[in-house]
Amino acid sequence: MDATQQQMLHELMALDFSIIDMQLYLDTHPNDQRAIMYFNSLVQRASVLRQTYQQKYGPLMVNTTTSSCPWQWIKDPWPWERQ
Amino acid sequence: MWFYDKKLQYPIKIKNSNPRMAKYIISQYGGPDGELGASVRYLSQRFTMPTEEAKSILNDIGTEELAHLEMVGTMVYQLLKGVPAKELEKLGLGDYFTDHGRAVYPQSAGGTPFSAMALQSKGDPIADLTEDLAAEQKARATYENLIRLCDDPDIIDPLRFLRAREIIHFQRFGEALRIVEDKLSQRQYFISPPNQPEE
Repeated sequence: MDATQQQMLHELMALDFSIIDMQLYLDTHPNDQRAIMYFNSLVQRASVLRQTYQQKYGPLMVNTTTSSCPWQWIKDPWPWERQ
Repeated sequence: MWFYDKKLQYPIKIKNSNPRMAKYIISQYGGPDGELGASVRYLSQRFTMPTEEAKSILNDIGTEELAHLEMVGTMVYQLLKGVPAKELEKLGLGDYFTDHGRAVYPQSAGGTPFSAMALQSKGDPIADLTEDLAAEQKARATYENLIRLCDDPDIIDPLRFLRAREIIHFQRFGEALRIVEDKLSQRQYFISPPNQPEE
C-alpha cells in the first residue's frame, strides 16, 4: 500500500469514525437539528471519498462497488495485516 | 444484518512484536470485560429495550464493539507474528502456544476461555442499562491497566483510542438510562387490564 492510498484510507477512516460518533450522539439526541446537519455533511463527504477510493484501489464494502475479473474482494492486504 | 467494511476503525501498525503485551491485551478480546462480551451483551439486550433511543444505542454500540474486537485481535496478531516458540515460552506464552499457536483465541489474560458468565441479558431495561454502564467502566479500567503495563507507543496509541470510546459509550448509556427511566415513570393509563402486555 503506497503513501497516497494510505493517506486516502486514513482520511476515510477518520470520516467514518466521525459518522459513528455522531450516530451514537443522535441516538440519544434525536431532535438536535444542528447535529443532524453535521451528520449529513459527513455522510456526503465520506460517500464521495469512498467511491473514489474503491474505484482506484478496490472494494471496501462488497455492496457499494462492482468487481472486475478476477474477483477483487479477496485481494490482500486485509485490515489486520501490517501495511 | 451486517456488511463487512474492509478497514479498521482506527489504524494499527505495530512495528515490533511483543508477546508479553499480547498475553495481556488478549483479555480485551475474550476476557471478562473484553470486546466480545461487550458486543454480545449489547446486541442481545437490544431486543427487549422499550424505547427507540435505547434500542438504537444498544444496536449501534454493539456494532462498534465488533470493530473494537477486530482491533484487539489485530493487535494480538501483530504482537505474536513471527516470534519463535522458544521465545514465546520464555515470555510466559508456552501454554498458549501449545493450544493455539500464534492464532487469536478469545480468553482472559489468565487463560480462562471466553465465557458468557461475564455478561447478562435480563429483559429489564433498568437492570440491563445499569450493567452496561458498569461494563464500560470496567473496560476503561482494563485499558488503563494495559497502558500502565506498556512502553511501546505503537501499542499505547490504539489502546488510548479504545479507552476513550469506553468513556463515550458510558455517556450514551447514561443518557439512554435517563430516557428509559423518564418513560417508565410517566403516569400510566390502563385501558386494558394491567399485567397484560400492551402490544
